[in-house]
Amino acid sequence: MILQALTLTLRLAVTVSVILLIVGIPLAYWLAFSRKRWKFLVEAVVSLPIVLPPTVLGFYVLVAIGPLSPVGRWYQSMAGHGLAFTFGGLVVGSVLYSLPFAVQPMATSFAAVDRQLLDASALLGASRGRTFCRVVLPLGMPGVLTGFVLSFAHTLGEFGVVLMIGGNIPGTTRTISILIYDQVQALDYAAANRTALLLLALCFALLAVLYGLRRRASWNLWGWR
Amino acid sequence: MTSPAARVSQELLTVTIQKRFSGERESSFLLDVEFVAAKGFTILFGASGAGKTTLLDCIAGLQSPESGKIAIGDFVLFDPAARVNVPPNRRSVGYLLQSLALFPHMTVQENVQYGLAALDEGERESRCRVILESFRIADLARRRPGEISGGERQRVALARTLVTRPRVLLLDEPLTALDAVTRSQILDDLRAWNHAHGIPILYVTHQRAEVFALGERVIVLDAGRIIARGSPHEVLQRPESETVAQLAGFENIFDCSFVAAHPEQGTMTCRVANSTLDLEVPLSRVDTSQPLRVGIRAGDILLASLPPQGLSARNVFPGVISSLEQRDVTVVAKVNCGAEFEVHLTPAARDSLQLQVGGKIWLVVKTYSCQVMQTVDSGGIKILIFTGDPTPKSCCGITCVRACLRQLWGSPAGASCTKPPA
Repeated sequence: MILQALTLTLRLAVTVSVILLIVGIPLAYWLAFSRKRWKFLVEAVVSLPIVLPPTVLGFYVLVAIGPLSPVGRWYQSMAGHGLAFTFGGLVVGSVLYSLPFAVQPMATSFAAVDRQLLDASALLGASRGRTFCRVVLPLGMPGVLTGFVLSFAHTLGEFGVVLMIGGNIPGTTRTISILIYDQVQALDYAAANRTALLLLALCFALLAVLYGLRRRASWNLWGWR
Repeated sequence: MTSPAARVSQELLTVTIQKRFSGERESSFLLDVEFVAAKGFTILFGASGAGKTTLLDCIAGLQSPESGKIAIGDFVLFDPAARVNVPPNRRSVGYLLQSLALFPHMTVQENVQYGLAALDEGERESRCRVILESFRIADLARRRPGEISGGERQRVALARTLVTRPRVLLLDEPLTALDAVTRSQILDDLRAWNHAHGIPILYVTHQRAEVFALGERVIVLDAGRIIARGSPHEVLQRPESETVAQLAGFENIFDCSFVAAHPEQGTMTCRVANSTLDLEVPLSRVDTSQPLRVGIRAGDILLASLPPQGLSARNVFPGVISSLEQRDVTVVAKVNCGAEFEVHLTPAARDSLQLQVGGKIWLVVKTYSCQVMQTVDSGGIKILIFTGDPTPKSCCGITCVRACLRQLWGSPAGASCTKPPA
């Protein structure tokens, strides 16, 4: 049972962090370099999940993907079943919930790249795309890495959103944190302790690896400064 | 440099720019310039905040002027009337930023090849090799910018800009941070490259020595406007306005009053304010009722440890050394002879004269080393407005003093034009 929950949790975390890597990099780039006047609104929306209780987010996602909303109906007609209480639904909810944890470190590190380097790149004939791939992304890599690992770790430990959207279906939506909740409800403290310890160790190891890597990985790896 | 594809262009860079910008000073002012740069070095000279970097940014496309036109030959870069504003990556303008902006995560070789993405591998390699060799940095190809010295970084940045074979080259104070030896080596490299390629090169500096080392033409910018242009000798050696004089490096500028003219001797006598020191200066057309200023370059003053005799120089003053300080390869001495003079000499001269602070010394200044300038005070502004100059009364601040100076500079009669017509 614990193994099943662990596999599911890891699968969810990998899927979510990979999606956030793909969605987060362009979004972070836009946030770092756009001069649009309404940028602050997007920034606020992206940061919302940090302050919002997971139940609020989970509730609205549940409504949004339910059969009453156009999105839910569209998905149902495409996939033959609803999104709520499925793995897919969990992914949607988790992506939204972990978005700031991926985007903010990325945007910060992109914005920290010296503007003069971007000018120099343009002056040497490079398009914006080439400037991004050859200058912004390599120099912002520590931030991208941080965003990836943070969104992974954050998804591992997620509870509220998963409970709201996914419920508690073994093998489909019962993640480790839900399992712990279950075990405590059943007054099986010994099992709950084992599961909790596993999650604690996993998250600690991840963060230790991240900060260990960051210490070496920053600019020093490239022999600068 | 012996690049086979070196081309000698006859293209002119024509620039007309009006742009409002906020400089380093508090007030924002208008950059309003118009000039044509032919192949070879054109020096843009001026104090910081004069608008030099903004001007280069506009030519390179990093900033947009409000109006004007920029073109290289018949390749129009910017022309709002025709809705043309070519983005910086398609302008073929090589621009060496003051910060160099080398990519820290790339090796020297990768940096230099960055601008050659459109070429095939072999061509890229060979061009890179040629330019690295000609700038004597081939052995650094695998190093990163953080692992090489300042002078080497400067060369790499220069090579990275030049290897793309730009049609116009912009250099923003490229040598400021370097020591004298490295500076002259890189100047040699630049001159050689210019000889082979012959494109318009705009070279921004506020160092007088660089103007004379490179300059064919110099344009002096002040507060966003061109206040003088010509050969370095014409513009800087005999400046007629005080702004240019200060920029041109007159370390000694004294407020003086007119004492007497000696037309038969070609000289006149001026007394330095708050002293009993009389300077003999070349006879010039000045308004004798107005205060004067006399500028003397620190390098033009001689020092003697014994009372000098049998000299042609008319100004010989005894004095006391109040300070001695070595900067790079120049010794800066301050000598008090009633007024304080700054004198530049070599360490060798200091040692052979055995100069020391508090020591007695004779100061020798040739008449022709004294440059007479007329100060324009607020009285001059009234006169300019009185004579029908359209300068609005509302701008009777610093800007207006500048406007008056410009007026003075532009008139053939020099400073005496401040006299009101009878």
